[in-house]
Formats: sequence, structure tokens, C-alpha cells
Amino acid sequence: MTTTVAPVPATAPDLIPGVWPPAAPEFVPGAPPPAPLWADTWRGIAKENPVLVQMLGMCPTMAVTNVLANGIAMGVATMFVLVGSGLCVSLLRKYIAHEVRITSYILIIATFVTLADLILAASFPEISKALGPFIPLIVANCLLLGRAEAFAAKVGPVRAVADGMGMGIGFTLSLAAMSAVRELLGRGSLLGFDILGARWEPWVFMVLPAGGFFTLGLLLITVAWIDELRRKRRMVAAK
Amino acid sequence: MSNLAWIFVSTLLVNNFTLVMFLGLCSFFGVTAKIETAWRLGLANTFVLIITAVSAWILNTYILTHTPYLRTIAFIVVIASAVQIVEMGVKKYLPVLFRQLGIYLPLITTNCAILGLALFQTSRHYTFVEGLVFALGAGFGLTLALSLLASIRERMEVADVPVVARRMGLVLVAASCLSLAFMGFAGMGSQ
Repeated sequence: MTTTVAPVPATAPDLIPGVWPPAAPEFVPGAPPPAPLWADTWRGIAKENPVLVQMLGMCPTMAVTNVLANGIAMGVATMFVLVGSGLCVSLLRKYIAHEVRITSYILIIATFVTLADLILAASFPEISKALGPFIPLIVANCLLLGRAEAFAAKVGPVRAVADGMGMGIGFTLSLAAMSAVRELLGRGSLLGFDILGARWEPWVFMVLPAGGFFTLGLLLITVAWIDELRRKRRMVAAK
Repeated sequence: MSNLAWIFVSTLLVNNFTLVMFLGLCSFFGVTAKIETAWRLGLANTFVLIITAVSAWILNTYILTHTPYLRTIAFIVVIASAVQIVEMGVKKYLPVLFRQLGIYLPLITTNCAILGLALFQTSRHYTFVEGLVFALGAGFGLTLALSLLASIRERMEVADVPVVARRMGLVLVAASCLSLAFMGFAGMGSQ
């Protein structure tokens, strides 16, 4: 055996194994480039927003966003699962064999989803009833498996948590934006409070399933429109 | 008998899994660029749905009555293994179909329509036969929705569309119109 091992300073004991002190970055094929923590978080909120840019996790995005409270509850539950499963996958990344990794990730995710389901049913029974089978369905949200496979399995636990937070916040914000539009136009209220008054004729279309597709379509067109405007302004500035 | 027929029609049209209940949207938007792949994936999904219905019934009847809190984990493990078995079977006996489906076959695992079917079957207390009919209706409904959207998208490819709507935006609006059309069946359950 002639492999060279990097010398480990004897004066720095592992206070929290794998977390602190931070080890020198190891080389993992396909790992995301090193970035500051705020960048890991910000990526999920803006540049790689799960709903508006990556189009992941569409089913809950459409199904539960007819009322603002449901949208926010779904977003927070998904964020909990994202952070928890990201942390676990990252801590276990050296022990999970490559061949069974997808099944292992799914099992970790399913564990946290069950936790979220039971916590929600115990603390907020009304919201739990309104969301119905869509809380257990978080397991099948491709966003979670996507982040576990593409990010959490390749970086340390701190970065994985930062990424999970970012993706979770981005997901919650998009869900909140969609459900605010749908509740305001479809029921004339926000979070159950009457906003538009009794003279407002509710657009029933917006709370129907068709309104979900329509609202997200309009949101995506708006985002593309803002991108287009910024691109044009940059081109003018470059000239 | 009329009950079974009603379950079939209801899942096929009135409560279409994709357009009315929002299940399986990833593949609905991901693989509907071409009609060929769309309906093939729909049929593969139908097959997995039927296997899932059978396994979910077995789990519900014999195992989960003792440990209801393991429901989500048990279902997802069974679905993942079922998809794996289907994949191996298709690879061995239908290699042509296997090549055509490609990556979409393993991706059926994270299709929420499959897990959704198992969960709805549980919450509605379907019997074995009812569950099978439910899965068949859901599968055909999925295939129908995928083929319809794929045909619309093939037409939209050649249409003159504003730049900002060229990506997914317009596809979603088209899906909205499709969903609105399916709302026309909504009255059928009331009598």
C-alpha cells in the first residue's frame, strides 16, 4: 500500500464528528462547486427556484394552493422534510452503497414525511384534514429525491441544511404566491379574512383545478417577461 | 356491477387523476412533447398502477391493520420494488419497449399518481375487485390526459407564440383549458 494520506493535525480533535472543525474539502465526482452558505440558500430561493424555474414538485403546487393557509402549510411541511432528509442523507453519504442509494433516500424521505404527517395531525388537525392525502404524497415529490441525489449526497451536512432551507423557502414562497392569487380572486379573501368585500363576485374558476394550471401558467409567463425585460436592459447598457 | 362501472367512469373522466386531482404532473409536463412517448408511458403507468392496487390491498388487509403509522413507508417500498420488477421483466421479455421507454420507466416510482392510488384506495375502503377497476380507470385516464396534452403540444410547436410564453407558460394555460373541459363531467356524480 503506497497511498499517501494527508497528515491530520493531532491538536484539532473532532468536537462534533463530521461537522466541526470543518475538514478540508474532499473530492467527490459531480459535487457542486464550493460556495458560501448564503449562496447555497439563495440558490433555492431565486436562481433555481423549485417551482418557477425547475418545475419540480408540481402536484402539491397545484392541488393545495386554492387557499393561502393550505399553501403555506404545505410549503412548511415540505421544508421540514427537505432539511431533515438533506441532513440525514448528507451524514450517511459515506455509508450508503451506490447501488441501493435511491431506495435508501426514499426510505429516509418517507420517514420524515411520516413524522411531518403525524405532527401536523396532532397539532393542526384542521389543516391536516384539508390537505388530506397530499401530506403523505410529499414522498413522491421529485424535488426531495432530486435534492438528495444532486446535492445532499455530495456535500457536508451544513451545506445540505442550507440548501434544504433555501429550496424549502423558495418552494413555500412560490406556493404562497400562487395560493394568494387564487384565494383573493376565487374567494375575495386572504387567510380567511374578507379583503375584496361583499360586492366582489368570486371567480369560481380560480379555485377549480383549471385555475391552478392557469395561475401557474400566468406566473411563469410573468417570470419569463421580467427575465426578458432585464435581458433587454442589459443589452442596452452593454451598447 | 353498476358500482364497478361507476368507479371506472368516475376515475377515467369525472375525477381524472391528472387533470382534476393533480396527480402525476411531473410526467404530464415532462414527457408530453411527443405523442408516441406520451401514450406508451401512460400504458406503462397503467400496468404499475394495477400491480400497486393489488399490493396495496394485500398490505392493507394483512399487515397495515396492525401498524397504520407505517403506511407511507410500506407503500413507497412496495411501489419501488414493483417498478424494479416490472423494469426487469420488460427488459428481459420486451427489449424493444424497454429501449423506447428509457429513463421514464424507473421514474414511475416518484410518480405521485401511483402512491396517490394506494392512499385513495385505503381511504375509500375499496374491495379487491373495486381496487382493480379503480387502478384500470386511473391508468386509462392518465393515458388519455397524456395523449391529449401531447397532441395539443405537437400543434403548438408550429404556432406563432409570443417569446415570453414559449416555454412552459403556454403549456400550462393549455392544460388549464383541458382541465376546464373535463370539468364538464363534474355533474355526473350528483344523481
